Amino acid sequence: MSTASITRATLTKDLRMERRSKDAINSMLFFALLVVVIFSFAFNPTAEESRQIAGGLIWVAFLFATVVALNQTWARELRNQVLDAYRVSPAPPNALFLAKTFGNFLFVIVLECLMTPLFVVFYELRSVGPVWQLIVVTLLGTWALVVNGTFFAALSIRTRSREIMLPLILFPISIPALLAMVDATTSVLTGEASPDFWIKLLAVYDIVFTLVCLLLFETVLNAE
Amino acid sequence: MKKLAPISILVTVALLGITSYFALVVAPTEATMGDVQRIFYYHVSSGWVGMLCFFVNFVASILYLWKRSPASDALAAASAEVGVVFTGVLLLLGMLWARPVWGIWWTWDARLTTTLVLWLIYVSYLVLRRFSAGGQTQVLAAAFAVFGFVDVPIVYMSIRWFRTQHPAPVIGGGENSGMAPGIAHVFLFTLVVFTLLGAWFIWLRYKLATEEQALESAHTQAALKGVA
Repeated sequence: MSTASITRATLTKDLRMERRSKDAINSMLFFALLVVVIFSFAFNPTAEESRQIAGGLIWVAFLFATVVALNQTWARELRNQVLDAYRVSPAPPNALFLAKTFGNFLFVIVLECLMTPLFVVFYELRSVGPVWQLIVVTLLGTWALVVNGTFFAALSIRTRSREIMLPLILFPISIPALLAMVDATTSVLTGEASPDFWIKLLAVYDIVFTLVCLLLFETVLNAE
Repeated sequence: MKKLAPISILVTVALLGITSYFALVVAPTEATMGDVQRIFYYHVSSGWVGMLCFFVNFVASILYLWKRSPASDALAAASAEVGVVFTGVLLLLGMLWARPVWGIWWTWDARLTTTLVLWLIYVSYLVLRRFSAGGQTQVLAAAFAVFGFVDVPIVYMSIRWFRTQHPAPVIGGGENSGMAPGIAHVFLFTLVVFTLLGAWFIWLRYKLATEEQALESAHTQAALKGVA
């Protein structure tokens, strides 16, 4: 079987399990909803203020929610020794990694699609700049979070207190990506600056770290 | 090696004393900043040693992923710890300097922020080492070290987009840069002594890490013998 077909098979399996259990999406959604409500209480912004701070609020909410989903990614593969079986099998490790990353990417994109209307309602958001740029920023930014997140979740699953470990190693590495997402979103929403530099930076970040993940995943999967 | 340790401690302490005498007494007082400028000798030297440590960590991690030798893992662990200490000193001294000269303790300037993020990345490297189990630590830590090192230039690029407040490079920074001869001599001496100090710290930590590895494998051997 080729990498593509194994990736597709694993992805289909994960999506089917998610469709039946809805574990990841439900916990992410509720978590993000709580963050939105709490931020709204904490800052209580006017429409003008919220345009200034919304970039930060939205991405911090998505980042926290993403961590909730990422922590569940590998947990179910540990039960019944699925990961060990995968290591013994001749299937390429990167197929497993890509399937997990695509799966998480889809979950987070679905979450973002569901949460955006809530942000618009609670914070009276209206974009001054072109909305298509926001979509580009969202796709690139989500990939940046998810590709490293999936990799680091595979790292932290092998440590003690794994749920705590993931944010501790993911957040420092993600700082430039987060900065780029927040600033690009704010500059589109306010329409005061061009997000071009940040979009380019996100693209570079995505390419570099996707390559590093693909290079190192086999090593981490087989770590003894 | 055991005989060399006390001698090297004495030499290092003596050199540090001489450095402080040079930096605090002998070096001329800087024209605009006054005595506060004397922090510069320690600040830049600590920063240099910290960056050197992180580079050593990166090379040792790559070596570990390639050859899987326990020695390179011990070196990676040692250099990351020493690097975090020196970078922490760098940040603290920078704040002490910034308060009288800039009037603020901290600003989100490109170099300050990059250094802080660098420090955070290597603290999380140490946390990962501490929390991972048994034989997997080395591989996981080495993989993470690659991520950390690759991230640094991207962090710098992203943060340079904001305004920079940090003084321009003093060495090779254009027409008005450069140091008075008295300051330059003391600075170079401090730089050499701090590099020696950093190398010595790494050496001590490296020895300790290899002893830890030996102890761990002895425990494993003993346990295996007990089973058989």
